[in-house]
Amino acid sequence: MTKSLTAATPEIMSSKLKILVPVKRVIDFAIKPRINKAQTGVETKGVKFSMNPFCDIALEESLRIKEANKGLVEKIHAVSIGPTKAQDILRTALAKGVDTTTLVDVGEEEVEPLQVAKILKKVVEKEDSNIVILGKQAIDDDANQTGQMLAGLLNWPQATNASKVEFSGDDVIITREVDGGADTLKAKLPVVITTDLRLNEPRYASLPNIMKAKKKPLEKLKPADLGIELAKKLETLKVEEPPVREPGVVVASVDELVSKLKEFKAI
Amino acid sequence: MLGAARRSALNIGVRVGARRTLKSVTSGIFSTKITRSNGGDRVRLYSSKVVPLTAETYADKVKWNPEFKKLDDEDIKYFTSVLNNANDIITDEQDLLFYNEDWMRKYKGQSQLVLKPRTTEQVLEIILYCNKNKLAVVPQGGNTGLVGGSVPVFDEIVLSLANMNKIRSFDDVSGILKCDAGLILENADNFLAENGYIFPLDLGAKGSCFVGGVVATNAGGLRLLRYGSLHGSVLGLEAVLPDGTIYNSMHSLRKDNTGYDLKQLLIGSEGTLGVITGVSILCPSRPQAVNVAFLAVSSYEAVQKVFVGARKELLEILSAFEFMDDKSQILTARHLGLEHPIESGQYPFYILIETSGSNKDHDDEKLETFLGNMMEEGLVDDGIIAQDETQLKSLWTWREAISEASTIGGGVYKYDVSIPLADLYSLVEDTSARLKEAGMVDIDDDSKPVVEAIGYGHVGDGNLHLNVSVREYSKAIEEVLEPFVYEWIQNKKGSISAEHGLGFQKKNYIGYSKSDVEIEMIKDIKNHYDPNGIMNPYKYV
Repeated sequence: MTKSLTAATPEIMSSKLKILVPVKRVIDFAIKPRINKAQTGVETKGVKFSMNPFCDIALEESLRIKEANKGLVEKIHAVSIGPTKAQDILRTALAKGVDTTTLVDVGEEEVEPLQVAKILKKVVEKEDSNIVILGKQAIDDDANQTGQMLAGLLNWPQATNASKVEFSGDDVIITREVDGGADTLKAKLPVVITTDLRLNEPRYASLPNIMKAKKKPLEKLKPADLGIELAKKLETLKVEEPPVREPGVVVASVDELVSKLKEFKAI
Repeated sequence: MLGAARRSALNIGVRVGARRTLKSVTSGIFSTKITRSNGGDRVRLYSSKVVPLTAETYADKVKWNPEFKKLDDEDIKYFTSVLNNANDIITDEQDLLFYNEDWMRKYKGQSQLVLKPRTTEQVLEIILYCNKNKLAVVPQGGNTGLVGGSVPVFDEIVLSLANMNKIRSFDDVSGILKCDAGLILENADNFLAENGYIFPLDLGAKGSCFVGGVVATNAGGLRLLRYGSLHGSVLGLEAVLPDGTIYNSMHSLRKDNTGYDLKQLLIGSEGTLGVITGVSILCPSRPQAVNVAFLAVSSYEAVQKVFVGARKELLEILSAFEFMDDKSQILTARHLGLEHPIESGQYPFYILIETSGSNKDHDDEKLETFLGNMMEEGLVDDGIIAQDETQLKSLWTWREAISEASTIGGGVYKYDVSIPLADLYSLVEDTSARLKEAGMVDIDDDSKPVVEAIGYGHVGDGNLHLNVSVREYSKAIEEVLEPFVYEWIQNKKGSISAEHGLGFQKKNYIGYSKSDVEIEMIKDIKNHYDPNGIMNPYKYV
């Protein structure tokens, strides 16, 4: 099945790719989050943060596009919206090979997907990007909304949950995994692509590149610099653990099993 | 054969280094990241082999001791009355295999009985009875030993501590953990992690080995550099001695200069003096920030120089310094079916550095400055710093999976030696040359009996693992390796067993590292506490 998507305001693909990769700093995927004492969110003190794995995949994909298609990519720009510490993951992005980065410093505030999409729209305009590759979701809030909202705000076509991205002439061909098969989309630039798990395996940042990345420039902005005022639409009332599953019992005989089942009114 | 199949499944899945690999592989969203497809054929080849009986393989080296009594129905009846739970006694031949074979599939005993007591009192009754009736006993932990010390040689009764697996107490002010000997190391560490502490020892087999087992063998592991030996961190022990004494020093004192420090005798005694049933151990605070760097260097000299630099510049945050040679990484890559993380090419040596501290920014800056200096000095050719926990674990895999990778051809001869640092790697080179001379070795040619001699280990502790990966165990290979390796070590005044212990494999070689006087004193102590010699016989000295 191949569907064609066309932007409301189509551009000609004679232009080179100017890729924007938004990356989010989240509690490391391997760490079990704990709820804080006030039950207002998860504990972040003394917890390891890393780049959201799906963002890492988006980053990897843009690097691969650049490496696989000589001369196609003009630049890769990474942006992170988060606290000042989010510059750590931008350094990682630089070490892995992006050209330039922007940190939109929002302090410790949590930013909702719509706000993120609005900020990203401004960055797209500022950087004159014509393709945005971003993770399908962040593993902290699992919202899976930002890419879709951004495409809506920009009025660009979107291809979500990509498992393969190819370029053919003027077309971007995106394969997405759907129930019972694959869905292939064709789009012209500009386009928003969100990445799924099986798209690629992110690389390591090599030591020489980490050293070089330290010297690369890192732009820092406040939301106000982009004309955005942060306002929350959602309020978190309380965060709590799901109920703990009761442990099972070992029975020694069928009779005991039957009597236990009766006891729990299972039979 | 059913039992063998199940057993081999365990070998592949649960044992040793793979434990971590599998954990990082199968947990969560990265489940597709690491596949083992390429290793499949080799794994099958490996598990299809039948392990020969130790008693037959080493018939010229060891004979059954006629002083011991043969197990009979009366004995089993007695043990049944002590344990009074059918699940705690194993006599089924297939089920016994698990306890009779070691994980390297090199040694195989013929025990007819496994006892799995749940209390120290039950252990006491078993040992008393065995001592009275001269029934030989092998205390067994997770059975992850590397020198054949944890499996029977003949028909010794296996006393498994698997059912004694409780945490007894934990003091979150002093960090003192008291637990049963059969607690799995990883479970102990997970419990400590919940409380902000860490077990002062870590090794590849952590998912299978028992706390009592690591103490009984004085295991060293990956963080000895940071937390020191168990001789320092174990505060007390509970043990059952053959005459029915329960030795108990399970107190919580860091300082206690009253009399001989008796627990030290049991640490590293490998089950030859008694059965350790409880452990009291001092645990440090768990580091908040951990970094791992994986480096490529072009000579063993560079390894040493980077080590000197690391000690100086990373000082208090350095928690592991491991080195690996190129051949060990080739085998590991084949075993895991993965590309090596260092992409710029193959290098003669690799180093894994771990830092553990309390402040990530501080540690990052120190590590990056240090690595920058090393690169500028031309000592480090290429490298990687893990950017997240997943990468951190993956990088550790390239060190921890070597042990398992070394067995993919069919088996492995393991030598675990302490040598002065400057000479450490020459042993691998000389052994390699000797095997080549004998025309025995080829990494690809399946007609040669030896795959490769590889070297890796804990530079920080002067501890080298020489692994000779083989396609079959044979007398011919053994004759090329031994006593050559042991004599080589003796010449350099090293130890023939840095951390694996003596067990069955090195029983006859203790003389290469200990003087006659020392051996005599060891024997005196053994005879004093175990006059009938029922505790883990045919091994140690």
